[in-house]
Amino acid sequence: MVNSYLLNGSWGIFVRSGSNSTKAGFWFILPAMIFVLAFFIIPLIAVFIMSTTNFPLLGEVTYVGLQNYTDMMSDTEFHQTIVQTLIYTALVTPPLFIVGLGTALLIRRTNKLSSFFRTFFFMPLVIGFGSAAFMWYWLLDPGTGYIPQLLRDLGFGNMEKPILGYMPGALIAVVFMVVWKFASFQMILLMAGMQGIDPEVLESSEIDGAVKWKQLRYITLPLIKGTLGMVFILSIAGSLLAFDQFFIMTGGGPDGQTETMIFYVWRQAFRSFNLGYAAALSVVISIALLLVSLIQMRFFNEKD
Amino acid sequence: MKKTEIQNKKRRVGSRNSSIPFRGWLAICICLMALFLSPILASLFHSLKTPKDSSSSPPTYLPPSFSIENYRSLANSSSGIISDGIHLYIWNSVVLALITVIGTLVLSTLAGYGFARFNFKGKEVFFAAILLMIMVPFQALLTPIYFLFSQVGLQNSLLGLGLVYVTYQLPFSIFLMRNTFRVIPKALGEAAMVDGCSQFKIFKTIMLPLARPGVISVALFAFFASWNEFIAALTMISVQEKYPLPVVLTLLLDRQMGATNFGFLQAGVVVTMIPCIALFLILQKYYVSGLVSGGVKS
Repeated sequence: MVNSYLLNGSWGIFVRSGSNSTKAGFWFILPAMIFVLAFFIIPLIAVFIMSTTNFPLLGEVTYVGLQNYTDMMSDTEFHQTIVQTLIYTALVTPPLFIVGLGTALLIRRTNKLSSFFRTFFFMPLVIGFGSAAFMWYWLLDPGTGYIPQLLRDLGFGNMEKPILGYMPGALIAVVFMVVWKFASFQMILLMAGMQGIDPEVLESSEIDGAVKWKQLRYITLPLIKGTLGMVFILSIAGSLLAFDQFFIMTGGGPDGQTETMIFYVWRQAFRSFNLGYAAALSVVISIALLLVSLIQMRFFNEKD
Repeated sequence: MKKTEIQNKKRRVGSRNSSIPFRGWLAICICLMALFLSPILASLFHSLKTPKDSSSSPPTYLPPSFSIENYRSLANSSSGIISDGIHLYIWNSVVLALITVIGTLVLSTLAGYGFARFNFKGKEVFFAAILLMIMVPFQALLTPIYFLFSQVGLQNSLLGLGLVYVTYQLPFSIFLMRNTFRVIPKALGEAAMVDGCSQFKIFKTIMLPLARPGVISVALFAFFASWNEFIAALTMISVQEKYPLPVVLTLLLDRQMGATNFGFLQAGVVVTMIPCIALFLILQKYYVSGLVSGGVKS
């Protein structure tokens, strides 16, 4: 889970912010840290150790050094899932941002009507990826689903081919579902960013006769650069880690063409029970994700 | 009010700075609302059809006649698709949510207060650990957690799964609680300290009640996280009687290939999402403030 704290800078003062130098603080934090140690630090160490072993669920665990990592080099199935995950990320990020920004611009005013609409825009966000994916799985069903029926009614042929059974239909359908489900998350962050802009700045640019989209491009967006960076990091990191929607809606199909990286790791660990290899894959994905976040942070900080 | 005044007011309310008149703005918003809501309403309508209607092709958009038959067979353990009535799985989800919410609240209010009010040895280490948690994706640690749990007998345990959820809610929750405590005036506690109150008593009796908005946000997000989480639940729980709701839905799907009754699956979806929608509507203010301050992925 990549969060925004890295970007908004307030963690920096986190450590220095206390007032009383007493031991009491230690005891307040200790219970949380026991959990972090047990369910995060220890598994984190374990994943590195496991990644250097041949680790079947049953049977003998043997140390194999870096073999899992070298195996990865020639694992074309894994390479395929990397490519597919990147394609999915590239496809889902722009529409998510456009819908998020568009809705944010529409309802950024703080009045009753705006918050009324906001409430409904939020509905897909709160229902959970599992529920949403199962809902859309049915919606797309060629027999009883409403979407093929709607397309039939609009004259798009008989829609007998299951949308989720073919490429690129399966991938596009998942992208639609995710945009529907997640756009309001970006909406609320962008809206909060825009509400933080001094209204006078916008008003003065209007007096200068700035055209609306120019105002957006040259004034509003640069002023919420921090928020934009956060939105992109969360969106890209989330997409690179996608699992639920593909597991439920496509099962990775057709022919594994929508299998994502995390899906592949999950299958290696919990279907093939190659825990050692899955651990090595996890390490590599974690490091890659860390790099993506760092690069993006640098990119958005430089532009300030 | 004169007509022009009303129009001016409408312009201000709806769309100043967005270069479209109020009516256009309203129309776009209504269309978007319909787009966001229609899949949810479709699911609800489909679940309220008779099993015959909900499995017939082509479908009708609205139920020809309303029926709760799909819900009834969901509640009925003898339907053959799930081994128990849906109430068992609702209960599993409730247990999981209670563990997660209570655990997260206790740990994050304490730690948030500790971070907000004290300097002490080891604070940097704790901080670094939490920062590392934010950066390492949770999914990457499923494999070792699965193995470690199998070693200590926590596999197939809702408690074990709940403890994992608690831990991964901590960075967001501690951050939010710490910010909440930061804005409560210190003087309130100092007076009590002069009277000889312990630090913990000050925390419990003075600070915690004042931190209510943060507490509600933390509890709400802990609930959503545990109620909707999928991959860890799918991995850690392999006996059907312990499945939480999202995992049970996979069962409703798997077993009905062939003679598909999607009304039945959608009834399961509706049961799963109703608590989320209800809580969101009641506590919307806290949901939004949590999202904005934490930027958490829900």
